Amino acid sequence: METIIQGFVSAFQLITHLNPELLRIILLSLEVSGLALVAATVLGLPLGALLALKPFPFRGLLLSLLNTGMGLPPVVVGLFLYLILSRSGPLGFMALLYSPTAMIIGQAILAFPIVTSLAHAAIVGVDPVIRLAAQTLGATPWQEATTVVREARYGVGAAVIAGFGRVSAEVGLVLMVGGNIAHYTRVMTTTIALETDKGNFDLGIALGLILLTLSLMVNLALRAVQRRGRAQSGVRLWD
Amino acid sequence: MTVQLIGVAKTYDGNQVLTGCSYTFGAGVDYVIMGDNGSGKSTLFRIAALLEAADLGEVRYLEGGVVLPPDILLKRRLTMVFPQVGVFSCSVFDNVAYGLKIRGLKKDQVQERVAGALEEVGLTHKSAQPAVTLSSGETVRLGLARALAIDPEVLFLDEPTTHIDKANTRLIEDCIRRLKEERALTLIIITHDPAQAGRLGGRQLLLEGGKIKEM
Repeated sequence: METIIQGFVSAFQLITHLNPELLRIILLSLEVSGLALVAATVLGLPLGALLALKPFPFRGLLLSLLNTGMGLPPVVVGLFLYLILSRSGPLGFMALLYSPTAMIIGQAILAFPIVTSLAHAAIVGVDPVIRLAAQTLGATPWQEATTVVREARYGVGAAVIAGFGRVSAEVGLVLMVGGNIAHYTRVMTTTIALETDKGNFDLGIALGLILLTLSLMVNLALRAVQRRGRAQSGVRLWD
Repeated sequence: MTVQLIGVAKTYDGNQVLTGCSYTFGAGVDYVIMGDNGSGKSTLFRIAALLEAADLGEVRYLEGGVVLPPDILLKRRLTMVFPQVGVFSCSVFDNVAYGLKIRGLKKDQVQERVAGALEEVGLTHKSAQPAVTLSSGETVRLGLARALAIDPEVLFLDEPTTHIDKANTRLIEDCIRRLKEERALTLIIITHDPAQAGRLGGRQLLLEGGKIKEM
C-alpha cells in the first residue's frame, strides 16, 4: 500500500514538473496515434462511403472482413508486421523496424477496420430521401455522396474517436515493431509496462494517470459528438 | 422546355405500373395529375424527372424542337418535391441555399435568392432554425422554397399537401397559385384530392391503367 501511495506522490511531482523525458514520451504517443488515425481515416472514410453508397461485387464479403478486422489481435498484427519489416522480410530494405513509422503503420492497420466499419454504418444509416433530395436539387454524383457523408458527420466523428480509443491504449503491437527504444520509440503504454517490470512505479503511475485522462477526454469528446448529433436530428435529450 | 413521354413502361416486382404511357407537357403550361393510390403517379414523376430509368420508352426534353441530352445541365433546369422532403440537418437557410451552392453561385446571390424563396413560402422568420425542428407543414414549405430558389423551368410537385393541416395546405396552395402567375415554368402537380385539383386549376389529367388521359 505504501508503495502505491509513494508512487502516486512521485507521479504527481513528475506531472506537475513535467519532466522532459515524460513530455517526450507523451508527445511521441500522441504523434504516433494521431498520425495512425489520420492514415486510417484518409483510407477508411472513402472506403466506408463507397461501401455504403455504391453496390459492387463482393461488397458483403468485404464488410464481413472489415467487421472481423475490428477485433484484430494487436500481437498478431505485430507479428506479421514484424515479419514483413524485418531485415529478411519483403519490406526489410526500407529499414523501418523499430522506428516510429513502423508503430504508425501498425496502429493504422488496427484503426482502419474500426474507422471504415463504423463510418460505413453511419453513412448507410442516413435516410435515402436525403440522397434523392440532393439529386432533385441538381447535385452531381460526387456532390450527392458528400452530402450524404455530411449528414452522417456525427457518426463519422464517433468512428474516428473510436479508432483513437483503440490505438491510444495499445501496447503489444508498438512494443513488437517499435522496440520501446528510449528517446526514440518509447511511448506511454510501453513505458508503463517496462517501468512496472523494473519496479519503478512512479513514472508508470504518472503515465497511467495521463493515459486515463486522455481516455476520459476521448470519451467526453465522443459523448459531445453524439449529443450534438442527436440534438441536430431533433431528438430531445434528458441527460 | 417541353417534356415528352413516349411509350414509357415500368414494372415493379412483376406489377406493371406504367404501360406505354405517352404524353407531351407543353412549356409554361400547368397540369394536375390525379389517380388512385398505387396508380403509378410517383413512379411516373420519378421517370419524367430523370431520377429513374423506364423499362421501355423514352423521356425527352425539347427546346425549340431540339432534344436536349439528359445530362447534369438539363437535370439542373428541373426539380421535384417529394411528399417526404428529405431535410438536410442544417439550418432552414442552408437547406434552401443547397441547390445554389452546388451550382457555384456567389454568396450574395445565394443570400438574395434564399431570402426571396423563404419569403415566398412564409418561412423568413425561421431562417436560422435547424430545419429538422420544423413542423410537417413547414417542412413541405421548406421543400418548396428549396425548389423555388433554384428557379426551375419544370417543377414536379408530388402530393404537396398530403398529411398536413388545413392552414399549411392553404399557404401552399396560395404559393402555387402565385407561382403560376409570376413565373413562366412548367408546373406538374400530383394530387389524389379532386377538390384540390379544382382549386389549383390548370389542365386536369388522370393516370389510370398505367396511362395518362385527358379529363
